[in-house]
Amino acid sequence: MSAVMITRKVRKWEKLPGKNTFCCDGRVMMARQKGVFYLTLFLIIGTCSLFFAFECPYLAVHLSPAIPVFAALLFLFVMAMLLRTSFSDPGVLPRALPEEATFIEMEIEAANGNVPAGQRPPPRIRNVQINNQIVKLKYCYTCKIFRPPRASHCSICDNCVDRFDHHCPWVGNCVGKRNYRYFYLFTLSLSLLTIYIFTFDIVHVVMRSVDNGFLNTLKETPGTVLEVLVCFFTLWSVVGLTGFHTYLISLNQTTNEDIKGSWSGKNRVQNPYSHKNIIKNCCEVLCGPTYPSVLDRRGLMQDDSLVSATGAAQSSSSSNSTLQSTHAVLCLQKTTAPLIPNEHTPDDAKPSIAASAEKSPSPKEELPPASKLPPLASPETDAETSIAKDKTH
Amino acid sequence: MQGLVPTATDGNMATEFHNLQELRHSASLANKVFIQRDYSEGTTCKFQTKFPSELESRIERTLFEDTVKTLNNYYAEAEKIGGQSYLEGCLACATAYLIFLCMETRYEKVLKKIAKYIQEQNEKIYAPRGLLITDPIERGMRVIEISIYEDRGSSGSSSGSSSVSGSTAR
Repeated sequence: MSAVMITRKVRKWEKLPGKNTFCCDGRVMMARQKGVFYLTLFLIIGTCSLFFAFECPYLAVHLSPAIPVFAALLFLFVMAMLLRTSFSDPGVLPRALPEEATFIEMEIEAANGNVPAGQRPPPRIRNVQINNQIVKLKYCYTCKIFRPPRASHCSICDNCVDRFDHHCPWVGNCVGKRNYRYFYLFTLSLSLLTIYIFTFDIVHVVMRSVDNGFLNTLKETPGTVLEVLVCFFTLWSVVGLTGFHTYLISLNQTTNEDIKGSWSGKNRVQNPYSHKNIIKNCCEVLCGPTYPSVLDRRGLMQDDSLVSATGAAQSSSSSNSTLQSTHAVLCLQKTTAPLIPNEHTPDDAKPSIAASAEKSPSPKEELPPASKLPPLASPETDAETSIAKDKTH
Repeated sequence: MQGLVPTATDGNMATEFHNLQELRHSASLANKVFIQRDYSEGTTCKFQTKFPSELESRIERTLFEDTVKTLNNYYAEAEKIGGQSYLEGCLACATAYLIFLCMETRYEKVLKKIAKYIQEQNEKIYAPRGLLITDPIERGMRVIEISIYEDRGSSGSSSGSSSVSGSTAR
Protein backbone atom coordinates (compact mmCIF):
# COMPACT_ATOMS: atom_id res chain seq x y z
CA MET A 1 0.00 0.00 0.00
CA SER A 2 1.78 3.08 -1.17
CA ALA A 3 -1.21 5.41 -1.41
CA VAL A 4 -3.19 6.97 1.38
CA MET A 5 -6.69 8.29 1.09
CA ILE A 6 -7.23 11.70 2.67
CA THR A 7 -10.79 12.83 3.04
CA ARG A 8 -12.12 16.25 3.70
CA LYS A 9 -15.55 17.76 3.70
CA VAL A 10 -16.27 20.24 0.95
CA ARG A 11 -19.32 22.14 -0.15
CA LYS A 12 -20.83 20.84 -3.36
CA TRP A 13 -20.33 24.08 -5.24
CA GLU A 14 -16.58 23.51 -5.16
CA LYS A 15 -17.01 20.41 -7.27
CA LEU A 16 -19.62 21.67 -9.71
CA PRO A 17 -18.58 21.51 -13.35
CA GLY A 18 -19.20 24.54 -15.53
CA LYS A 19 -17.64 27.97 -15.74
CA ASN A 20 -19.41 29.75 -12.92
CA THR A 21 -17.85 31.67 -10.08
CA PHE A 22 -19.23 31.22 -6.61
CA CYS A 23 -18.98 33.63 -3.72
CA CYS A 24 -19.97 33.70 -0.06
CA ASP A 25 -19.40 29.96 0.28
CA GLY A 26 -21.79 29.05 -2.50
CA ARG A 27 -24.57 31.51 -1.77
CA VAL A 28 -23.76 33.65 -4.80
CA MET A 29 -23.51 32.24 -8.32
CA MET A 30 -22.34 34.27 -11.30
CA ALA A 31 -20.65 33.91 -14.65
CA ARG A 32 -16.91 34.14 -14.96
CA GLN A 33 -16.63 37.53 -16.68
CA LYS A 34 -17.98 40.15 -14.33
CA GLY A 35 -16.43 43.29 -15.80
CA VAL A 36 -19.59 44.55 -17.50
CA PHE A 37 -21.59 43.85 -14.34
CA TYR A 38 -19.28 46.13 -12.38
CA LEU A 39 -19.81 48.77 -15.06
CA THR A 40 -23.59 48.44 -14.65
CA LEU A 41 -23.24 48.86 -10.90
CA PHE A 42 -20.98 51.85 -11.33
CA LEU A 43 -23.32 53.57 -13.77
CA ILE A 44 -26.41 53.06 -11.64
CA ILE A 45 -24.83 53.94 -8.31
CA GLY A 46 -22.82 56.78 -9.78
CA THR A 47 -25.74 58.44 -11.54
CA CYS A 48 -28.02 58.08 -8.53
CA SER A 49 -25.40 59.50 -6.19
CA LEU A 50 -25.02 62.52 -8.44
CA PHE A 51 -28.80 62.92 -8.47
CA PHE A 52 -29.04 62.78 -4.70
CA ALA A 53 -26.12 65.14 -4.29
CA PHE A 54 -26.99 67.82 -6.83
CA GLU A 55 -30.69 67.75 -7.66
CA CYS A 56 -32.41 66.44 -4.59
CA PRO A 57 -31.58 69.22 -2.12
CA TYR A 58 -32.97 71.83 -4.52
CA LEU A 59 -36.03 69.83 -5.54
CA ALA A 60 -36.87 68.79 -1.99
CA VAL A 61 -36.98 72.41 -0.94
CA HIS A 62 -38.54 73.97 -4.00
CA LEU A 63 -40.92 71.25 -5.10
CA SER A 64 -41.55 68.42 -2.67
CA PRO A 65 -39.57 66.23 -0.27
CA ALA A 66 -41.37 63.23 -1.72
CA ILE A 67 -39.20 63.41 -4.83
CA PRO A 68 -35.94 62.19 -3.28
CA VAL A 69 -37.82 59.70 -1.13
CA PHE A 70 -39.45 58.09 -4.13
CA ALA A 71 -36.12 58.17 -5.99
CA ALA A 72 -34.45 56.40 -3.08
CA LEU A 73 -37.13 53.69 -2.99
CA LEU A 74 -36.88 53.18 -6.72
CA PHE A 75 -33.10 53.02 -6.54
CA LEU A 76 -33.24 50.40 -3.78
CA PHE A 77 -35.71 48.33 -5.79
CA VAL A 78 -33.49 48.50 -8.87
CA MET A 79 -30.46 47.39 -6.87
CA ALA A 80 -32.39 44.56 -5.23
CA MET A 81 -33.58 43.26 -8.59
CA LEU A 82 -30.15 43.60 -10.16
CA LEU A 83 -28.44 41.72 -7.35
CA ARG A 84 -31.13 39.09 -7.30
CA THR A 85 -30.75 38.51 -11.05
CA SER A 86 -26.99 38.44 -10.92
CA PHE A 87 -26.50 36.33 -7.85
CA SER A 88 -29.12 33.64 -8.22
CA ASP A 89 -29.02 30.33 -10.00
CA PRO A 90 -30.77 30.91 -13.36
CA GLY A 91 -32.08 27.35 -13.45
CA VAL A 92 -28.98 25.35 -14.20
CA LEU A 93 -29.60 21.68 -14.93
CA PRO A 94 -27.02 19.46 -13.28
CA ARG A 95 -25.11 17.11 -15.53
CA ALA A 96 -26.09 13.49 -15.69
CA LEU A 97 -24.32 11.15 -13.32
CA PRO A 98 -22.48 8.27 -15.02
CA GLU A 99 -25.27 5.73 -14.62
CA GLU A 100 -27.91 8.03 -16.00
CA ALA A 101 -25.65 8.90 -18.93
CA THR A 102 -25.08 5.21 -19.65
CA PHE A 103 -28.80 4.50 -19.41
CA ILE A 104 -29.55 7.23 -21.94
CA GLU A 105 -26.79 5.99 -24.27
CA MET A 106 -28.26 2.53 -24.15
CA GLU A 107 -31.69 3.88 -25.00
CA ILE A 108 -30.27 5.85 -27.92
CA GLU A 109 -28.46 2.83 -29.28
CA ALA A 110 -31.56 0.71 -28.94
CA ALA A 111 -33.58 3.33 -30.79
CA ASN A 112 -31.05 3.73 -33.59
CA GLY A 113 -30.62 0.04 -34.24
CA ASN A 114 -27.62 -1.11 -36.23
CA VAL A 115 -25.85 1.63 -38.11
CA PRO A 116 -23.87 0.26 -41.07
CA ALA A 117 -20.15 0.83 -40.73
CA GLY A 118 -18.94 4.04 -42.35
CA GLN A 119 -22.26 5.81 -41.95
CA ARG A 120 -22.72 8.57 -39.42
CA PRO A 121 -25.21 7.73 -36.70
CA PRO A 122 -28.42 9.76 -36.85
CA PRO A 123 -28.54 12.96 -34.77
CA ARG A 124 -29.63 12.44 -31.21
CA ILE A 125 -33.11 13.86 -31.14
CA ARG A 126 -36.14 12.86 -29.17
CA ASN A 127 -39.60 13.89 -30.32
CA VAL A 128 -42.18 14.74 -27.72
CA GLN A 129 -45.70 15.91 -28.15
CA ILE A 130 -46.57 19.00 -26.16
CA ASN A 131 -50.13 20.28 -26.40
CA ASN A 132 -50.53 18.49 -29.71
CA GLN A 133 -47.40 19.95 -31.24
CA ILE A 134 -44.25 17.97 -31.96
CA VAL A 135 -41.23 19.45 -30.23
CA LYS A 136 -37.72 18.13 -30.77
CA LEU A 137 -35.52 17.61 -27.73
CA LYS A 138 -31.84 17.81 -28.50
CA TYR A 139 -29.12 15.83 -26.77
CA CYS A 140 -26.44 17.83 -24.99
CA TYR A 141 -23.04 16.19 -25.42
CA THR A 142 -21.51 18.18 -22.57
CA CYS A 143 -24.15 17.49 -19.97
CA LYS A 144 -25.08 14.07 -21.38
CA ILE A 145 -28.80 14.65 -21.12
CA PHE A 146 -31.66 15.25 -23.48
CA ARG A 147 -32.43 18.87 -22.83
CA PRO A 148 -35.93 19.50 -21.50
CA PRO A 149 -38.08 21.67 -23.74
CA ARG A 150 -37.01 25.34 -23.67
CA ALA A 151 -33.68 24.51 -22.09
CA SER A 152 -30.49 25.48 -23.84
CA HIS A 153 -26.78 25.13 -23.23
CA CYS A 154 -24.99 28.38 -22.46
CA SER A 155 -21.50 28.17 -23.87
CA ILE A 156 -20.26 31.05 -21.72
CA CYS A 157 -21.25 29.40 -18.47
CA ASP A 158 -20.95 25.86 -19.87
CA ASN A 159 -24.25 24.79 -18.32
CA CYS A 160 -27.63 23.73 -19.59
CA VAL A 161 -30.14 26.26 -18.30
CA ASP A 162 -33.86 25.60 -18.05
CA ARG A 163 -36.09 28.03 -20.01
CA PHE A 164 -32.92 29.70 -21.25
CA ASP A 165 -33.53 33.29 -22.27
CA HIS A 166 -30.08 34.71 -22.93
CA HIS A 167 -26.74 35.30 -21.28
CA CYS A 168 -26.67 38.90 -20.14
CA PRO A 169 -23.19 40.38 -19.59
CA TRP A 170 -24.74 43.47 -17.98
CA VAL A 171 -25.95 41.38 -15.07
CA GLY A 172 -23.05 38.97 -15.29
CA ASN A 173 -25.23 35.86 -15.38
CA CYS A 174 -27.51 33.79 -17.56
CA VAL A 175 -31.18 34.68 -17.55
CA GLY A 176 -33.30 31.57 -17.22
CA LYS A 177 -36.36 30.16 -15.56
CA ARG A 178 -35.48 31.11 -12.01
CA ASN A 179 -34.34 34.68 -12.51
CA TYR A 180 -36.27 35.87 -15.56
CA ARG A 181 -38.86 37.78 -13.56
CA TYR A 182 -36.16 39.54 -11.56
CA PHE A 183 -34.43 40.46 -14.80
CA TYR A 184 -37.66 41.83 -16.23
CA LEU A 185 -38.43 43.82 -13.08
CA PHE A 186 -34.86 45.11 -13.14
CA THR A 187 -35.20 46.45 -16.68
CA LEU A 188 -38.65 47.83 -15.92
CA SER A 189 -37.64 49.60 -12.73
CA LEU A 190 -34.41 50.82 -14.31
CA SER A 191 -36.45 52.33 -17.15
CA LEU A 192 -38.65 54.08 -14.60
CA LEU A 193 -35.64 55.27 -12.64
CA THR A 194 -33.93 56.58 -15.77
CA ILE A 195 -37.05 58.41 -16.91
CA TYR A 196 -37.56 59.78 -13.39
CA ILE A 197 -34.01 61.10 -13.07
CA PHE A 198 -34.05 62.49 -16.61
CA THR A 199 -37.33 64.29 -16.05
CA PHE A 200 -36.30 65.83 -12.75
CA ASP A 201 -32.92 66.81 -14.14
CA ILE A 202 -34.72 68.82 -16.82
CA VAL A 203 -37.17 70.24 -14.29
CA HIS A 204 -34.31 71.22 -12.01
CA VAL A 205 -32.32 72.87 -14.80
CA VAL A 206 -35.38 74.77 -15.99
CA MET A 207 -36.33 75.93 -12.51
CA ARG A 208 -32.83 77.03 -11.67
CA SER A 209 -32.28 78.69 -15.04
CA VAL A 210 -35.32 80.83 -14.51
CA ASP A 211 -33.64 82.22 -11.39
CA ASN A 212 -29.97 82.17 -12.26
CA GLY A 213 -29.61 81.66 -15.98
CA PHE A 214 -28.73 78.55 -17.88
CA LEU A 215 -24.94 78.68 -17.83
CA ASN A 216 -24.78 79.52 -14.12
CA THR A 217 -27.01 76.56 -13.38
CA LEU A 218 -24.67 74.24 -15.20
CA LYS A 219 -21.73 75.66 -13.27
CA GLU A 220 -23.49 75.22 -9.94
CA THR A 221 -24.56 71.64 -10.60
CA PRO A 222 -22.03 70.06 -12.95
CA GLY A 223 -23.34 66.61 -12.11
CA THR A 224 -26.51 67.36 -14.00
CA VAL A 225 -24.76 67.29 -17.35
CA LEU A 226 -23.29 63.89 -16.65
CA GLU A 227 -26.61 62.51 -15.44
CA VAL A 228 -28.48 63.77 -18.45
CA LEU A 229 -25.93 62.19 -20.78
CA VAL A 230 -26.03 58.80 -19.05
CA CYS A 231 -29.81 58.84 -18.79
CA PHE A 232 -30.27 59.82 -22.40
CA PHE A 233 -28.27 56.90 -23.73
CA THR A 234 -29.58 54.47 -21.13
CA LEU A 235 -33.16 55.42 -21.86
CA TRP A 236 -33.16 54.25 -25.44
CA SER A 237 -31.54 50.92 -24.72
CA VAL A 238 -33.24 50.00 -21.45
CA VAL A 239 -36.71 51.19 -22.40
CA GLY A 240 -36.37 49.38 -25.69
CA LEU A 241 -35.27 46.23 -23.91
CA THR A 242 -38.19 46.45 -21.48
CA GLY A 243 -40.59 46.84 -24.37
CA PHE A 244 -39.07 43.85 -26.14
CA HIS A 245 -39.33 41.64 -23.08
CA THR A 246 -42.89 42.77 -22.43
CA TYR A 247 -43.69 41.62 -25.96
CA LEU A 248 -41.96 38.28 -25.33
CA ILE A 249 -43.77 37.75 -22.04
CA SER A 250 -47.15 38.45 -23.58
CA LEU A 251 -46.43 35.69 -26.10
CA ASN A 252 -44.72 33.42 -23.57
CA GLN A 253 -41.54 33.19 -25.62
CA THR A 254 -37.89 33.34 -24.70
CA THR A 255 -35.27 35.54 -26.38
CA ASN A 256 -33.55 32.36 -27.48
CA GLU A 257 -36.70 31.11 -29.23
CA ASP A 258 -37.32 34.50 -30.78
CA ILE A 259 -33.81 34.72 -32.19
CA LYS A 260 -33.93 31.19 -33.56
CA GLY A 261 -37.41 31.78 -34.95
CA SER A 262 -38.71 28.59 -33.36
CA TRP A 263 -42.34 29.61 -33.40
CA SER A 264 -42.53 32.06 -36.25
CA GLY A 265 -43.59 31.38 -39.78
CA LYS A 266 -46.47 29.39 -41.15
CA ASN A 267 -44.67 26.14 -41.71
CA ARG A 268 -43.20 25.95 -38.28
CA VAL A 269 -44.78 24.73 -35.11
CA GLN A 270 -46.91 27.22 -33.20
CA ASN A 271 -45.76 28.03 -29.69
CA PRO A 272 -47.16 25.19 -27.58
CA TYR A 273 -46.44 26.95 -24.31
CA SER A 274 -48.54 30.03 -24.94
CA HIS A 275 -51.97 30.18 -23.35
CA LYS A 276 -53.12 32.34 -26.31
CA ASN A 277 -54.17 34.94 -23.75
CA ILE A 278 -51.88 37.86 -22.97
CA ILE A 279 -52.94 38.19 -19.35
CA LYS A 280 -52.53 34.49 -18.68
CA ASN A 281 -49.10 34.50 -20.26
CA CYS A 282 -47.99 37.50 -18.21
CA CYS A 283 -49.33 35.98 -15.03
CA GLU A 284 -47.54 32.72 -15.65
CA VAL A 285 -44.19 34.33 -16.22
CA LEU A 286 -44.35 37.04 -13.59
CA CYS A 287 -46.61 35.57 -10.91
CA GLY A 288 -45.82 31.91 -11.34
CA PRO A 289 -44.32 29.79 -8.60
CA THR A 290 -40.76 30.48 -7.50
CA TYR A 291 -38.85 27.46 -8.66
CA PRO A 292 -36.24 26.02 -6.33
CA SER A 293 -32.64 25.56 -7.35
CA VAL A 294 -31.83 21.95 -8.16
CA LEU A 295 -28.14 22.60 -7.66
CA ASP A 296 -27.50 21.93 -4.04
CA ARG A 297 -24.65 24.39 -3.80
CA ARG A 298 -24.13 24.49 -0.08
CA GLY A 299 -24.62 20.81 0.66
CA LEU A 300 -21.66 18.99 2.10
CA MET A 301 -19.91 16.11 0.45
CA GLN A 302 -16.83 14.02 1.04
CA ASP A 303 -13.85 14.64 -1.14
CA ASP A 304 -11.48 11.69 -1.26
CA SER A 305 -8.03 12.25 -2.65
CA LEU A 306 -5.30 9.69 -2.96
CA VAL A 307 -1.99 10.91 -1.59
CA SER A 308 1.09 8.74 -1.77
CA ALA A 309 2.60 8.14 1.66
CA THR A 310 6.29 7.71 2.52
CA GLY A 311 7.44 4.28 3.70
CA ALA A 312 8.33 5.15 7.30
CA ALA A 313 5.02 6.51 8.39
CA GLN A 314 3.12 4.04 6.31
CA SER A 315 1.57 1.76 8.88
CA SER A 316 0.27 4.50 11.17
CA SER A 317 -0.88 6.79 8.38
CA SER A 318 -2.53 3.97 6.47
CA SER A 319 -4.51 2.92 9.49
CA ASN A 320 -5.50 6.54 10.05
CA SER A 321 -6.52 6.83 6.44
CA THR A 322 -8.44 3.60 6.63
CA LEU A 323 -10.36 5.05 9.53
CA GLN A 324 -10.89 8.27 7.62
CA SER A 325 -11.95 6.46 4.48
CA THR A 326 -14.25 4.31 6.53
CA HIS A 327 -15.69 7.46 7.92
CA ALA A 328 -15.95 8.74 4.37
CA VAL A 329 -17.83 5.68 3.19
CA LEU A 330 -20.08 5.75 6.20
CA CYS A 331 -20.85 9.37 5.62
CA LEU A 332 -22.25 8.56 2.21
CA GLN A 333 -25.95 8.88 2.17
CA LYS A 334 -27.60 7.29 -0.77
CA THR A 335 -30.99 6.97 0.80
CA THR A 336 -33.22 9.67 2.06
CA ALA A 337 -33.63 7.62 5.20
CA PRO A 338 -30.77 8.00 7.62
CA LEU A 339 -29.44 4.70 8.80
CA ILE A 340 -29.91 4.38 12.51
CA PRO A 341 -28.65 1.37 14.36
CA ASN A 342 -30.93 -0.46 16.71
CA GLU A 343 -30.47 -3.25 19.16
CA HIS A 344 -30.45 -5.83 16.37
CA THR A 345 -27.48 -4.39 14.59
CA PRO A 346 -24.16 -5.97 15.44
CA ASP A 347 -21.69 -3.54 16.97
CA ASP A 348 -19.31 -3.44 14.04
CA ALA A 349 -22.09 -2.44 11.68
CA LYS A 350 -23.21 0.68 13.48
CA PRO A 351 -22.69 3.59 11.12
CA SER A 352 -21.60 6.98 12.29
CA ILE A 353 -24.78 8.82 13.19
CA ALA A 354 -23.11 12.18 13.35
CA ALA A 355 -22.46 11.79 9.67
CA SER A 356 -26.00 10.87 8.82
CA ALA A 357 -27.35 13.81 10.77
CA GLU A 358 -25.32 16.08 8.57
CA LYS A 359 -27.80 16.04 5.69
CA SER A 360 -25.73 15.31 2.65
CA PRO A 361 -28.35 13.56 0.57
CA SER A 362 -26.56 12.95 -2.72
CA PRO A 363 -23.95 10.31 -3.07
CA LYS A 364 -20.49 11.47 -3.92
CA GLU A 365 -19.95 11.26 -7.63
CA GLU A 366 -16.32 10.27 -7.79
CA LEU A 367 -16.62 6.94 -6.01
CA PRO A 368 -17.22 3.92 -8.22
CA PRO A 369 -20.80 2.68 -8.34
CA ALA A 370 -20.36 -0.30 -6.12
CA SER A 371 -19.36 1.76 -3.14
CA LYS A 372 -22.51 3.83 -3.44
CA LEU A 373 -24.03 1.02 -1.46
CA PRO A 374 -25.47 2.66 1.62
CA PRO A 375 -23.15 1.90 4.43
CA LEU A 376 -24.70 -0.62 6.64
CA ALA A 377 -22.79 -3.80 6.37
CA SER A 378 -19.60 -4.23 8.29
CA PRO A 379 -17.75 -0.96 7.97
CA GLU A 380 -14.44 -2.69 7.47
CA THR A 381 -15.75 -4.54 4.45
CA ASP A 382 -17.00 -1.35 2.89
CA ALA A 383 -13.79 0.50 3.59
CA GLU A 384 -11.63 -2.22 2.16
CA THR A 385 -13.87 -2.59 -0.83
CA SER A 386 -13.78 1.11 -1.54
CA ILE A 387 -10.01 1.35 -1.13
CA ALA A 388 -9.50 -1.67 -3.32
CA LYS A 389 -11.78 -0.24 -5.97
CA ASP A 390 -10.12 3.13 -5.79
CA LYS A 391 -6.74 1.56 -6.34
CA THR A 392 -7.86 -0.29 -9.39
CA HIS A 393 -8.82 3.01 -11.06
CA MET B 1 -8.34 -2.02 12.30
CA GLN B 2 -9.73 -0.05 15.19
CA GLY B 3 -13.37 -0.48 16.03
CA LEU B 4 -15.79 2.36 15.53
CA VAL B 5 -17.31 4.23 18.40
CA PRO B 6 -21.06 4.17 17.98
CA THR B 7 -22.56 7.59 18.36
CA ALA B 8 -25.83 8.58 19.97
CA THR B 9 -28.94 7.51 18.16
CA ASP B 10 -32.56 8.37 18.12
CA GLY B 11 -34.00 5.17 19.49
CA ASN B 12 -37.54 5.87 18.31
CA MET B 13 -36.55 5.83 14.66
CA ALA B 14 -34.56 2.65 15.04
CA THR B 15 -37.34 0.19 14.53
CA GLU B 16 -38.76 2.13 11.58
CA PHE B 17 -35.60 1.72 9.57
CA HIS B 18 -35.09 -1.89 10.48
CA ASN B 19 -36.29 -3.06 7.09
CA LEU B 20 -34.00 -0.73 5.20
CA GLN B 21 -31.07 -1.88 7.27
CA GLU B 22 -31.80 -5.53 6.68
CA LEU B 23 -31.86 -4.77 2.98
CA ARG B 24 -28.57 -2.95 2.97
CA HIS B 25 -26.94 -5.57 5.10
CA SER B 26 -27.53 -8.27 2.59
CA ALA B 27 -27.89 -6.48 -0.74
CA SER B 28 -25.66 -5.07 -3.44
CA LEU B 29 -26.60 -2.63 -6.14
CA ALA B 30 -27.50 -4.48 -9.31
CA ASN B 31 -29.11 -1.98 -11.62
CA LYS B 32 -30.77 1.41 -11.85
CA VAL B 33 -33.88 2.42 -13.70
CA PHE B 34 -34.60 6.03 -14.64
CA ILE B 35 -38.19 7.19 -14.97
CA GLN B 36 -38.19 10.05 -17.47
CA ARG B 37 -40.21 13.22 -17.53
CA ASP B 38 -43.54 13.39 -19.32
CA TYR B 39 -43.68 16.60 -21.35
CA SER B 40 -47.07 16.05 -22.96
CA GLU B 41 -48.62 18.86 -20.93
CA GLY B 42 -45.79 21.33 -21.24
CA THR B 43 -42.84 22.08 -19.07
CA THR B 44 -44.57 21.41 -15.74
CA CYS B 45 -42.90 18.71 -13.71
CA LYS B 46 -44.56 15.38 -14.43
CA PHE B 47 -43.10 11.90 -14.68
CA GLN B 48 -44.08 9.08 -17.00
CA THR B 49 -46.19 6.39 -15.41
CA LYS B 50 -45.05 3.78 -17.90
CA PHE B 51 -43.99 0.69 -15.97
CA PRO B 52 -40.35 -0.18 -16.75
CA SER B 53 -39.67 -3.78 -17.69
CA GLU B 54 -36.80 -4.14 -15.22
CA LEU B 55 -39.22 -3.77 -12.33
CA GLU B 56 -41.69 -6.33 -13.58
CA SER B 57 -40.47 -9.06 -11.29
CA ARG B 58 -39.86 -6.81 -8.32
CA ILE B 59 -42.98 -4.78 -7.67
CA GLU B 60 -46.63 -4.69 -8.60
CA ARG B 61 -47.55 -2.30 -11.37
CA THR B 62 -50.31 -0.62 -9.39
CA LEU B 63 -48.04 0.25 -6.48
CA PHE B 64 -45.48 1.79 -8.80
CA GLU B 65 -48.10 3.77 -10.71
CA ASP B 66 -49.62 5.01 -7.45
CA THR B 67 -46.27 6.30 -6.30
CA VAL B 68 -45.56 8.14 -9.54
CA LYS B 69 -49.10 9.54 -9.75
CA THR B 70 -48.91 10.84 -6.18
CA LEU B 71 -45.56 12.46 -6.93
CA ASN B 72 -47.03 14.04 -10.06
CA ASN B 73 -49.90 15.42 -8.00
CA TYR B 74 -47.51 16.93 -5.49
CA TYR B 75 -45.54 18.63 -8.24
CA ALA B 76 -48.73 19.88 -9.88
CA GLU B 77 -49.75 21.36 -6.55
CA ALA B 78 -46.39 23.10 -6.20
CA GLU B 79 -46.50 24.56 -9.70
CA LYS B 80 -50.17 25.48 -9.76
CA ILE B 81 -50.76 28.98 -11.03
CA GLY B 82 -53.74 30.28 -9.16
CA GLY B 83 -54.84 32.65 -6.43
CA GLN B 84 -52.24 31.64 -3.91
CA SER B 85 -49.30 31.88 -6.29
CA TYR B 86 -50.42 35.34 -7.46
CA LEU B 87 -50.71 36.51 -3.89
CA GLU B 88 -47.30 35.15 -3.03
CA GLY B 89 -45.79 36.69 -6.16
CA CYS B 90 -47.31 40.14 -5.65
CA LEU B 91 -46.47 40.25 -1.96
CA ALA B 92 -42.91 39.19 -2.66
CA CYS B 93 -42.57 41.77 -5.45
CA ALA B 94 -43.83 44.53 -3.16
CA THR B 95 -41.08 43.71 -0.69
CA ALA B 96 -38.47 43.48 -3.47
CA TYR B 97 -38.37 39.73 -2.82
CA LEU B 98 -36.67 40.30 0.51
CA ILE B 99 -39.51 38.42 2.14
CA PHE B 100 -38.04 35.18 0.82
CA LEU B 101 -35.15 35.61 3.19
CA CYS B 102 -37.46 34.75 6.06
CA MET B 103 -40.41 33.00 4.46
CA GLU B 104 -40.46 29.62 2.79
CA THR B 105 -41.97 29.54 -0.69
CA ARG B 106 -44.89 27.26 -1.43
CA TYR B 107 -42.72 25.17 -3.73
CA GLU B 108 -40.20 24.55 -0.95
CA LYS B 109 -42.98 23.47 1.40
CA VAL B 110 -44.25 20.98 -1.14
CA LEU B 111 -40.72 19.69 -1.76
CA LYS B 112 -40.46 18.88 1.92
CA LYS B 113 -43.71 16.98 1.72
CA ILE B 114 -42.39 15.10 -1.29
CA ALA B 115 -39.19 14.17 0.53
CA LYS B 116 -41.22 12.82 3.41
CA TYR B 117 -43.50 10.90 1.08
CA ILE B 118 -40.59 9.28 -0.75
CA GLN B 119 -38.96 8.30 2.50
CA GLU B 120 -42.20 6.72 3.68
CA GLN B 121 -42.68 4.87 0.38
CA ASN B 122 -39.12 3.58 0.52
CA GLU B 123 -39.58 2.21 4.02
CA LYS B 124 -42.97 0.65 3.54
CA ILE B 125 -43.05 -0.54 -0.03
CA TYR B 126 -39.77 -0.36 -1.90
CA ALA B 127 -37.14 -1.42 0.60
CA PRO B 128 -38.87 -4.72 1.43
CA ARG B 129 -38.75 -5.45 -2.30
CA GLY B 130 -35.10 -4.56 -2.67
CA LEU B 131 -35.73 -1.23 -4.40
CA LEU B 132 -34.90 2.35 -3.54
CA ILE B 133 -36.32 5.59 -4.92
CA THR B 134 -34.10 8.67 -5.10
CA ASP B 135 -35.81 12.03 -4.73
CA PRO B 136 -35.95 13.63 -8.21
CA ILE B 137 -34.62 16.92 -6.85
CA GLU B 138 -31.28 15.23 -6.35
CA ARG B 139 -31.17 14.44 -10.06
CA GLY B 140 -32.13 17.91 -11.25
CA MET B 141 -35.85 17.02 -11.44
CA ARG B 142 -35.06 15.16 -14.65
CA VAL B 143 -35.60 11.57 -13.61
CA ILE B 144 -36.84 9.40 -10.78
CA GLU B 145 -33.96 7.07 -10.13
CA ILE B 146 -34.93 3.64 -8.82
CA SER B 147 -32.05 1.50 -7.62
CA ILE B 148 -32.48 -2.26 -7.79
CA TYR B 149 -30.65 -4.28 -5.19
CA GLU B 150 -29.83 -7.92 -5.46
CA ASP B 151 -29.61 -10.19 -2.47
CA ARG B 152 -25.91 -10.74 -1.83
CA GLY B 153 -26.38 -14.38 -1.02
CA SER B 154 -27.95 -15.11 -4.37
CA SER B 155 -25.70 -13.10 -6.70
CA GLY B 156 -22.25 -14.25 -7.80
CA SER B 157 -20.54 -10.99 -6.91
CA SER B 158 -20.83 -11.71 -3.19
CA SER B 159 -17.76 -13.93 -3.26
CA GLY B 160 -15.70 -11.06 -4.68
CA SER B 161 -16.48 -8.64 -1.90
CA SER B 162 -16.02 -11.13 0.89
CA SER B 163 -12.62 -12.23 -0.40
CA VAL B 164 -11.47 -8.60 -0.46
CA SER B 165 -12.53 -8.16 3.14
CA GLY B 166 -10.80 -11.42 4.05
CA SER B 167 -7.46 -10.52 2.50
CA THR B 168 -7.23 -7.04 3.99
CA ALA B 169 -8.55 -8.04 7.37
CA ARG B 170 -7.19 -6.46 10.53
